[in-house]
Amino acid sequence: MTYPLMLNEQYFLVTGASGGIGQAVCRALVATGATVFMGGRNEQILELLATELGDNAIPFCYDVTNQEEVKAAFQHIQQHVGQLSGLVNCAGIMVDAGLAMTRMTDVDALLDVNVKSTFLHCQLASRLMARQKRGNIINLCSVVGEKGSVGQSAYAMSKAAITGLTRALSKELGPVGIRVNGVAPGFIDTQMTAHYDDSKKAALMDTISLGRLGQPDDVADAIVALLSDQLRYVTGQILHVDGGMQV
Amino acid sequence: MSNQQKLTEAFSQGLGIESKQVTDALTYNTIPEWDSTAHMILIAELENQFNIMLDTDDIIDMSSVAKAKEILSKHDISFDA
Repeated sequence: MTYPLMLNEQYFLVTGASGGIGQAVCRALVATGATVFMGGRNEQILELLATELGDNAIPFCYDVTNQEEVKAAFQHIQQHVGQLSGLVNCAGIMVDAGLAMTRMTDVDALLDVNVKSTFLHCQLASRLMARQKRGNIINLCSVVGEKGSVGQSAYAMSKAAITGLTRALSKELGPVGIRVNGVAPGFIDTQMTAHYDDSKKAALMDTISLGRLGQPDDVADAIVALLSDQLRYVTGQILHVDGGMQV
Repeated sequence: MSNQQKLTEAFSQGLGIESKQVTDALTYNTIPEWDSTAHMILIAELENQFNIMLDTDDIIDMSSVAKAKEILSKHDISFDA
């Protein structure tokens, strides 16, 4: 897709940048002229992506659940750039297991990666944005968190928390000029859903009005639109990017 | 610019008040300009002025100009008496 340079000379941090949706977001942002700090744990993928995208893509290898590493990442941005136009919280994990089959260690991991790391990134990013009285935060929610799904109660819980966080922060940070929105992808064709068997994929396909699986680019394009000034009066919204999926 | 001037500038810009209002006795929530929203902007101004990153506990504890000096001193930032 060709993008106008609507985010030219703006700086963004994308977490989960080595994942399917995260990579697509980085590509889309760089295509708009933005500079992207690509946060993720897989250094090899981040380096490859940086090579592909050029100087405006900066690999940032750190663990989003490690508070000191997160703080160091923001300190780097503060000292080298001094500002942040936007944060896209893509980092996330999924656990597919029924209620009786879900270990508490899995619940802890979901809350650490999906919820607590998102909260911490919002907290630190908002401080960088507050000085400009302008900024933009996008959190990755999920249709599962919005509507529920059998066998994904823990994952749904973690994503519903992100929806609540997004709505609350939109109210708290609005007066400082920071917009906070969520994007709720449906069934997106990424590594996270690669383990679904054919029968599960077929069953999910039957629920999608547009009749095809979502692609990471579908989500990335929606995120770029929300980050742009064209949607400058939109905050506190959870945009479903799910092809009309009914879970 | 001295550290005292940087501090005064950060409070003045962060809270949108006159420099002369920035005294050690100035305390959180005692003037309408220093509310929770302004506190966030104040923290951003202090971090920018002194090129530091404050801990959340320090942000919560920063209840006055005098307390701000005490907290900043942990980052080797001193203020002449």
